[in-house]
Amino acid sequence: MTTTIRRADLTVAGSQRSLPGLITHQFRHDLRCFFRNRLSVFFTLAMPVMFLVIFASVFRNGSVAVPGGVIKESVYYVPGIITYGIIAAAYMNLTVTVIRYRESGIYKRQRATPLPASAVIAARAMVGIITAFAIAVVLLAIGWAFYGASIPGRTAPAFALDIVVGAAVFCCLGFATASLVSNADAAQPVVLGLVLPLAFISGVFIPILELPRWLIDVGKVFPVHPLAAALLTAYNPHTVGSGLSWGDLGVLAAWGVAGLAFAVIRFTWLPRSR
Amino acid sequence: MTFGPSTSGLPGLGRETPPVNHFVSEARLPSPREGCPVNRELKFPDSDPATNQPGRAIATQAIPTRANASKASAAQANAAEHDGTPVGDPVIRVRGLRMSYGSGNGRADGARGVEALAGIDLELYRGEIFGFLGPNGAGKTTTVEILEGYRRPTAGEVSVLGVDPYQADRAWRSRIGVVLQESEPEAELTVEECVSLYAGYYPHARPVLETLELVGLADRPKMRCGRLSGGQRRRLDVALALIGDPEVLFLDEPTTGFDPAARRSAWEVIASLQKLGKTIFLTTHYMEEAEQLADRIQVIVAGRIVAEGTPATLGGRNVQQTIVSFTLPPGISTADLPPAAPWAVDGDKSGRIEAETTRPLPVLGALANWAQARQIDLPDLQVLRPTLEDIYLQLTQGTR
Repeated sequence: MTTTIRRADLTVAGSQRSLPGLITHQFRHDLRCFFRNRLSVFFTLAMPVMFLVIFASVFRNGSVAVPGGVIKESVYYVPGIITYGIIAAAYMNLTVTVIRYRESGIYKRQRATPLPASAVIAARAMVGIITAFAIAVVLLAIGWAFYGASIPGRTAPAFALDIVVGAAVFCCLGFATASLVSNADAAQPVVLGLVLPLAFISGVFIPILELPRWLIDVGKVFPVHPLAAALLTAYNPHTVGSGLSWGDLGVLAAWGVAGLAFAVIRFTWLPRSR
Repeated sequence: MTFGPSTSGLPGLGRETPPVNHFVSEARLPSPREGCPVNRELKFPDSDPATNQPGRAIATQAIPTRANASKASAAQANAAEHDGTPVGDPVIRVRGLRMSYGSGNGRADGARGVEALAGIDLELYRGEIFGFLGPNGAGKTTTVEILEGYRRPTAGEVSVLGVDPYQADRAWRSRIGVVLQESEPEAELTVEECVSLYAGYYPHARPVLETLELVGLADRPKMRCGRLSGGQRRRLDVALALIGDPEVLFLDEPTTGFDPAARRSAWEVIASLQKLGKTIFLTTHYMEEAEQLADRIQVIVAGRIVAEGTPATLGGRNVQQTIVSFTLPPGISTADLPPAAPWAVDGDKSGRIEAETTRPLPVLGALANWAQARQIDLPDLQVLRPTLEDIYLQLTQGTR
């Protein structure tokens, strides 16, 4: 059974709690659950830090060609791994959590309460965006402290915008992916299997210009590439102007809209495996 | 060995219409065969007091006779407090409910798919515990999930608190409570946090600690939900269903997998919910549970209601035959027995003598006089009434 959000769920009846109040209430509890779940914390917060430390240490003496010049390879990895961190928080953790909640009957139970679907979805997306922002800040701080990487002030707003748009888009894609996986045990392998190959061909783990042309073109079709490219543009000290790359953000937004539409059509409160 | 009539001889079994009421004693509901208005056809309009009268009368009669006076008056007082619905109007009303799976879920060709519900009728009244019994796969969960608003039936009329559950809004959801057959709590939250989370969804939630006390979890509010035992988790399920202070509670096999002690304390919790004035729809396959808790019972088998009554009257239990049995002392033959009953040797039980009777007292009197006159004793004399489980097995066997 698929359920779309009905008007009755969006209008706030007199005695019912307000939607913003319900979203805040649900968000606080969802965030608490996130920080108490060791797997969530490991895959979302610890693993990106590990990746940054490993990649930046292994390739600390190299340099990478980027548009407008050359930067140190350890500096290059900061926006790269931030891309991974955003995806880990907004996409991978969200997808796994949504599947787990749905298959274990938590959503089914909530369906019998006055909690509207919009509050469940908004609160979950807020956890994704907030934790994406958190891991981005942590990685920026590590990059600044240990690898001398810093964002030019004039492109900082663009960088922040890239994080928010990227996180929001990957939340939409997460809800879409969750609607396709019915086995909670398969959730983590499925999202890793989707994200890791795309990360490799989108300039996250390997500098983009070191890849063969055709592989770059394949990567460009998927949403990891535009996020990595937009973050690199804003992060690149050779970038002139505001650092906003509208083309990349446009591709991302298109993915987000498609993912959202798919997720809304396919959304269900009930376990898919039963 | 059977108690009373054989299964195939039971009226109502396997017949399509009308599936209910055969087992309700004639005094309480008019029989369809007598030409009285069939219960099914009675309307319960909200507005018209004149036509409401017969409905009211039927409803009052359908309220359990087993319930003691204080229980019944508590239920009525509670009904009066609520939204002005006349006492006796059904809280849940289902007519001709059908559910088919497969065949593209369409209404038109639904009959071609697997028919989970083949047209069932039921009614619940304020303050009662309604026991919905049936073997696994009979359609219990399908029915309860339709009433909870999870599933859209293929056909039929469903009204819960005056609303079609599938179309219901948030206001309706704040008036029901649901304990699902399987559902896990938010494992990372503590018991208290989890109940507070759900309390926050409702316009008029009950106090969290008081609710934990009611279900017997007040001693461990700081325990993580993921670490609760099966029985504790089920208590939490009940607390979460109760926290919004609902009028109607759906309990789908609430004690499955419990040990006997946990089951007994769960029964106490459920009985105390009735004292709070809740109307409770309880599905179970434990006969003892239904007997302890339910005011009225319906038995569903293969998507049809095959019997309806109170735990005392279900399936004609109150008028079924009693079995008197004993072992004859050596040297005395069956022919010597008093002719008060059709004594027979039971092949199954190592040659015990038994007789079925609807009037056990004269049989026992004759037997006692006979034995005393001969100065013999019958130390293993047994007088057996059919248990609810016997009745249930009669009703459900052969139809699976």
